[in-house]
Amino acid sequence: MKRRTFFKVTTTLAATLVAGTVFAQDNIVVGAVAPKTGPLAGGAAVTHWPNIALWVEEVNARGGLNVGGEQRLLEVIEYDDQTNPAETIKAVQRLATQDDADIILAPYSTGLNIAAAPIFDRLGFPQITSSAATDQIGELSGQFNDMFFLLGRSSDLAEDAVEVLSDLREAGEIGNRVAMVNVADAFGIELMAVGKPALEEAGFELVYETSYPLGTQDLSPVMKAAKAADPDAFVAWSYPPDTFGLTEQAMIEELDVKAFYTAVATAFPSYGGRFGAAAEGVMGIGGVNTASPEFQDYAARHEAATGSKPDYWASGMMYASLQILEEAIETTGTLDMAEVTQFIKENSFETVMGTIEFDDMNSNTAYWTVGQWQDGEFKGIKETGREGAVEPILKSGWE
Amino acid sequence: MNMKKGDWKNLGWGAALLAFAALLPLTGDGYLISLGVSIAMYVVLATSWALFSGPTHYISLATAAFFGVGTYVMGSGIEYISYWALLPIAGLIGGLIAALVGLATLRLSGVYFVIFTLGLAEMTRQAVTWYQNQTGHKGTYVLTDLTDPDIYWQLLVLAGLVFLLGWAIGRSKLGFALRIIGDDEDVARHVGINTALSKVALFVVSGATAAIVGAMIAPRFIYIEPATAFTPMLSFQVVIMALLGGTGRLWGPLVGVIPFTLLWEAISSSFPNQTTLLLGLSFLAIVYLLPGGFVGLYDRLKGRAARRSAMA
Repeated sequence: MKRRTFFKVTTTLAATLVAGTVFAQDNIVVGAVAPKTGPLAGGAAVTHWPNIALWVEEVNARGGLNVGGEQRLLEVIEYDDQTNPAETIKAVQRLATQDDADIILAPYSTGLNIAAAPIFDRLGFPQITSSAATDQIGELSGQFNDMFFLLGRSSDLAEDAVEVLSDLREAGEIGNRVAMVNVADAFGIELMAVGKPALEEAGFELVYETSYPLGTQDLSPVMKAAKAADPDAFVAWSYPPDTFGLTEQAMIEELDVKAFYTAVATAFPSYGGRFGAAAEGVMGIGGVNTASPEFQDYAARHEAATGSKPDYWASGMMYASLQILEEAIETTGTLDMAEVTQFIKENSFETVMGTIEFDDMNSNTAYWTVGQWQDGEFKGIKETGREGAVEPILKSGWE
Repeated sequence: MNMKKGDWKNLGWGAALLAFAALLPLTGDGYLISLGVSIAMYVVLATSWALFSGPTHYISLATAAFFGVGTYVMGSGIEYISYWALLPIAGLIGGLIAALVGLATLRLSGVYFVIFTLGLAEMTRQAVTWYQNQTGHKGTYVLTDLTDPDIYWQLLVLAGLVFLLGWAIGRSKLGFALRIIGDDEDVARHVGINTALSKVALFVVSGATAAIVGAMIAPRFIYIEPATAFTPMLSFQVVIMALLGGTGRLWGPLVGVIPFTLLWEAISSSFPNQTTLLLGLSFLAIVYLLPGGFVGLYDRLKGRAARRSAMA
């Protein structure tokens, strides 16, 4: 590059920076920050970003949000936090002070949401998290009063999976032998730390148990050893790449179990897309009431607007968080965030995931914990207070 | 150590600049403060990195390893011990690891050392993960009431200490020995310098500092994950910032960190979808246009001016 061209590039860059982004005055500026690059970019591209696009498109199509009798269009500013909490914090600051955002949407994932909590709290924006699963809800909402939790406690997710197995065993459908594996990384370890004692307490016999590092490419030794232990049920506290990898190996090894559970990403539409009929009977983390007309309608709109289906776990919750924000703003008729937050705490909301209200720890206590692929859809089979759970079916082969 | 008049002047200037920088949180602008935290963090990391790598020419990519160790010391200790006690403990553990690693690897030269330090971050991360997996760990939280200004001031104090230490080392026998090692290690050995000990001593300083920075940043992230504590990006950023500034002088990394952080900020706010691409291009531009960093440019310009006045 010639020196002069370089200067030209830097000057253009500086000019863009100075000019900033100028918006029409009556638009509502919506700030959004989540990964577009880094390890969590893939998950955010399925669960987070499409919902923002859908919501903004729909709201603007009907003329914008009604704030105190005035229709105002939404204008989104998006930032990539590179899956780095320091960047998330900085981007939220930038949205509030440089871009004068009227609303800032909660970031993506447990870690990035918790890192951003002090900033949201200090700026006074409600932070309705839809992709954060933690057991510290009480401590967090105690310190950060504007932080809300839609996805639930992480312990419930693992405990309920064990309960599904217990119920199947009580019904005499499966035996007592369980093979359990986990990905050795933050959430995988957390689920295992809850799931293993729960399995033991329920009287299951752990015939095989191992962990593998994050990013392991070859999972065939894991599955071979699991098969050799001759289990009745297989449980994997897994992450997106290995959820797919383990299922693939189970098909190759023809793992003969009546219950097969993989954790994160089993609820992704791409899971059903990739394994087709072989996915039938696979259980996983999450779930939705696929029979509810609200969800069906939402899924159709999501696909029409963004070209992809929503996932069967956090997607709906992400959209619900936007619906809650929308209703709170339109009903209170203000963009005063303290008033909006108070409204969210005190009211219940009709969303695509059903009725949602928050307890005194700002936590939604009714959520899906276990789902299962049945007839090409990932249906909720276990919940903490949602309607429409279906009966689990037994896994019968991989054809 | 006898102090000359010029030394007192330099110290005075340093103290005044630090005091001025400490005023930033008084602006009350959260955005400026969060930029300030980034800058202060990288100033400490890059300066302590350059203390070791500058004179010895050993490129260390181990910053993320020590930073992550510090983060986890804070994360696992905060339930039992006070925050203030954990900062020196993090430094001790970071320094201890640096000493062990240094003794084992500083015999390696050039590219072998670089590759080893790159692997160190991943190895430490796997060790932490292995331990958590064995013990059935349920998430690491550092919930304190420390705010961004608190963290910023702590980092500034640490920066002051690092500069003071670097200044003292530069004037000591150790500093002299390191410069000789950097020029020619064989010569250094022949004139009776204990090269291994000198290198390890400086490596310990930079390792301990990075660990303390990690411990200070932990309350900012609250939820500690291996992926964010041991991110390899951190090691590379520190090296690039230090090289942009130049490692020949103590203030070199400082003048690299500030423009780089601002450039990074400009790119991520103006081009959120092309951040990585534009950063790559900036790296190329830096290496191509500023081979010796700002320090090299400064020396070149000074040399040119001196030649011109000599010709006149």
